[in-house]
Amino acid sequence: MRIQPLGDSAIILDFADESSDAAELLRRSLSAADALEHANIPGVIEVTSAYQSVALFLDLSRIASVVDGRSIADFLHDRIVSLVRSKGHRSRIRTRSVEVPVCYDLELAPDLARVAEQTSLEQTEVIALHSSATYTTACIGFMPGFPFLAGLSAKLHLPRLATPRTHVPAGSVAIAGAQAGIYPFESPGGWNVIGRTPLRLFDADANPPALLRPGDRVRFRIITRDEFDKFLP
Amino acid sequence: MIVLSAGFQTTVQDCGRFGFRKFGVAVAGALDPVSLRLMNLVVGNDQGAAGLEIASGRVRLQFDDERLIAWCGGEFEVLAGGTPIPQLHCARISAGAVCEIQAKRGRAWLAISGGIEVPEVLGSRSTDLRAHFGGQNGRALRDKDELLFGVRSALAMSIALRLPAAVSDWSAPRLFAPGGVLRVVRGRRWDDFDEGVRAKLLARKFRVAMNSDRMGLRLEGERISNGTTPELPSEAVASGTIQVPRDGAPIVLLADCQTIGGYPKIGHVITVDLARAAQLQPLDEVGFELVPLAEAQELLLGQEKDIALFRAGLQARFA
Repeated sequence: MRIQPLGDSAIILDFADESSDAAELLRRSLSAADALEHANIPGVIEVTSAYQSVALFLDLSRIASVVDGRSIADFLHDRIVSLVRSKGHRSRIRTRSVEVPVCYDLELAPDLARVAEQTSLEQTEVIALHSSATYTTACIGFMPGFPFLAGLSAKLHLPRLATPRTHVPAGSVAIAGAQAGIYPFESPGGWNVIGRTPLRLFDADANPPALLRPGDRVRFRIITRDEFDKFLP
Repeated sequence: MIVLSAGFQTTVQDCGRFGFRKFGVAVAGALDPVSLRLMNLVVGNDQGAAGLEIASGRVRLQFDDERLIAWCGGEFEVLAGGTPIPQLHCARISAGAVCEIQAKRGRAWLAISGGIEVPEVLGSRSTDLRAHFGGQNGRALRDKDELLFGVRSALAMSIALRLPAAVSDWSAPRLFAPGGVLRVVRGRRWDDFDEGVRAKLLARKFRVAMNSDRMGLRLEGERISNGTTPELPSEAVASGTIQVPRDGAPIVLLADCQTIGGYPKIGHVITVDLARAAQLQPLDEVGFELVPLAEAQELLLGQEKDIALFRAGLQARFA
């Protein structure tokens, strides 16, 4: 684990040197983020994790008031290393499993036919590959509630669109490179859209506001167009 | 208060939305939170109350009842009921009077006693323009919008009682000087950039591109890198982070930036210079100066002490 500054008011913990396995790095980041979030270190405003790193955002004045003569860097380093290295917290991570219904109707899946063509698969095979995998939410970003899902079948790895669309509808289920994702809002976007979910991925009035959080396991369940149209959340 | 003219990209902001970055929620908030905090103090508010961030155009606000107002930021002309209000001062605006704000350069923050009382969303009243929530219905103000204010604090009442005229004879300290040089600390990929790239970042002048906004300052001019620094899996970014995408044109992220990014980070604008960054507008020249991390943190802690001192002074005088 490397601890480095992220500007003057945040630090980043990078686990890349601990494993060459992406899934293991993700596990380490998630468990460290969980431990640090529950540790209530004075002056740590919030903790985030992504793929193989954890970031701590700091209230410098608050930390300066408790460091007791030590440097801010030393104070944080000691607290972080002892927390992350202690084994006790690892067991606390509970993985949630979330099922996301997806309709692969061509009207809702503007890129499905092309994805099938580019991968030399039948459309039904694309759907089967996409919906039979179990994904892990590596992080939420790009826009509120947008999950970056690891675990896409290597047969479906395709580049982003050469020219991003100006309007991708909310709920669009999409793939790009080695990742799967879901658009929470209508927005511009360059991922290959192969279906749509009727679920709401983000609701600013709810707490937590996002359907998914880092570490969640995600499976896609095929629904018909009729089920999609009649879906009540 | 009725918004007679909304100007362009006038938004309700507080000091930002914290605790939800892990769900992809941007911090948003005033691009220069220190200015908003100081102006809140001047009108007797908590530092974190919501005010207006004004970017350009002409803004006209009609007040329903008597309030204290204070503003600071770039070059603006502000009149309250026809009386010019210098920045950093406390002014009284009477019921029915109109506050006229003409933007000339940069951005300004306006605080009003009682604060703007839009609903809190995820713990903040800041406008998230990209995700369309917070502030006034998740968008910039429009003509004819009506905004409610909160209850004036005892401190605000006391300040108002002891205002000898429409404008105070005291003011908040000015904690930054505008300018085109932003001080930076090394980013964690600093060493992954060629020495030539690092030298260019610090030696060259860049131009703020037209498509810069509250998400970031996009910089034009010489491309500083040829895109050979490898991208790593996405990780946290923050206001001040300087990313260098493959096209070699640096981007300085600001308050509305997304929560994670994959472009290599060459550096970070130090927190006390975000006030300067917030005043930069398209076509402005900008350069970078490297400072040690300890210096950046000392400057920030010093600034917090200055704010605390000013607050204590106000309390001693008016509370």
